[in-house]
Amino acid sequence: MTTATRTPKGIRVERLNAGYGRQQVLRDITLEFAPGQVTALIGPSGSGKSTLIRCLNRLHEILPGAWVRGKVLLDGMDVYAPGVDPALVRRRIGMVFQRPNPFPTMSIFDNVAAGLKLVGGYDRRRLAEIVEQSLRRAALWDEVKDRLHQPGTALSGGQQQRLCIARALAVGPEVLLMDEPASALDPASTLRIEALMRELCREVTIVVVTHNMQQAARVSDYTGLLLPGPDRVAELVEFGPTSQIFTTPRDRRTEDYITGRLG
Amino acid sequence: MEGYRRRRLVDRLMTGLTFLATALAVLFLISVLGYVVVQGLPGLNLDLFTSTPRPVGEPGGGMATAMVGSLYLVFLACLFGLPLGILTGVFLSEYGGRWLAPLARFVIDVLTGLPSIIVGLFVYAVVVRPLETFSALAGGLALGILMIPTVARTTEEMLRLVPLDLREAALALGIRQWRTIVSVVIPTALSGIVTGSILAIARVGGETAPLLFTAFGNRDWNFDPLQPTAALTLQIFTYAISPYEEWHRQAWAGALVLMVAILGLNIATRLAARGHWRPW
Repeated sequence: MTTATRTPKGIRVERLNAGYGRQQVLRDITLEFAPGQVTALIGPSGSGKSTLIRCLNRLHEILPGAWVRGKVLLDGMDVYAPGVDPALVRRRIGMVFQRPNPFPTMSIFDNVAAGLKLVGGYDRRRLAEIVEQSLRRAALWDEVKDRLHQPGTALSGGQQQRLCIARALAVGPEVLLMDEPASALDPASTLRIEALMRELCREVTIVVVTHNMQQAARVSDYTGLLLPGPDRVAELVEFGPTSQIFTTPRDRRTEDYITGRLG
Repeated sequence: MEGYRRRRLVDRLMTGLTFLATALAVLFLISVLGYVVVQGLPGLNLDLFTSTPRPVGEPGGGMATAMVGSLYLVFLACLFGLPLGILTGVFLSEYGGRWLAPLARFVIDVLTGLPSIIVGLFVYAVVVRPLETFSALAGGLALGILMIPTVARTTEEMLRLVPLDLREAALALGIRQWRTIVSVVIPTALSGIVTGSILAIARVGGETAPLLFTAFGNRDWNFDPLQPTAALTLQIFTYAISPYEEWHRQAWAGALVLMVAILGLNIATRLAARGHWRPW
């Protein structure tokens, strides 16, 4: 528990249904996120991609009226089994959001240390080690090592997003969820984040939501396509190795979607 | 173009009327301030701040006990009203629930308009009568109750301004909700919460009615929470309705001090809120 580095773990999703109140968003999603790989989830806006990954770390349930049925098995353990503490699930499955969201009242250092500090039990030297290590892993260390005590919000958008990645990594997750992590960034920052994903997937399983198909093709090993059905409830249309999805899709709708005729 | 001249005339008339109304309103307020300054200045001297009240007929004396008493009462009120108000605001914004929060919000909004003398009567009935003594505690309690609605609602509003993003970022790190609120949400909204708290203090600092039969007033120093305590507003009231010239003079001077203090608090509020909005 004390080391910031863990081995990547897989997640298996079985017959997952989710929604808000009477509105169902996802229907019968079954797929597997392979350990140490980058899996991209693509689909049009409103196809439940974000809802799906928010079900993986039990963040979906914090919204009013949210419900989930089905199984999410992290390395074989059902995160929805009774008695499972969502806070502990979230320490094993980290998350990076669409808009960079460093804590505005905290310095760069404190942002990265937040996940450890606010839980307690780490001495200052150990914290400093983990912060440096996490910033290095997020390819941000060289840019911020001389100003660790400046506010995190003083960084550029791309740097802020890497700060958020470092913050997530510091807790030592086995899976990292990324919800359109580059959609609010400029092209250069986007490429840095993508390169980072290829680096990081050796240590942490990555699930990335994107509406950018080129990005999915560039960074992912596996791709899943979600599309809303006639009743607007999203289903997993096709899932497979990225090269196969983009070159020889089996489902007609996949071909229509990636060639731009759908969605 | 029929009626063009009439419409233009009405337009100009109404523009003029709103300007006139504003000028009149500001004039009244400035007159009040000016009158207090003019009447209060002659009585303003060091004795006012350092001496205790003297019996009728003896010259001199001041309002030191009353000023300290007011501070003491406000301190007791904060001890009670701030934690309750802030925690209520946190509940309304962060926890809530389906029906409890709207209900609580409604009750709190009604309480905001509650005449302060009724709060005084209530505290008289549930604290003063059972303890069989007027007390600083009762006065502080009455003021504290009056603070709760303002503090709770401003805290709620300020916490609501904190983006959901930040709460989710903290929760996604495996930080528990209470820790998230204390270490991420509240610090982000802190200047707003401080502003609301100072406003609430400024509001109750000038209250007289709820103190009449709770703190009651005292000619001597008192720091025992279970004894009656002097308060600036109470002494102004007592002196103002007395028939003695000297006391009238002191009442005006006390009023000036009170006014400047409350004005100071309001300015402090603006300073605390700086960065969010600039009033000047």
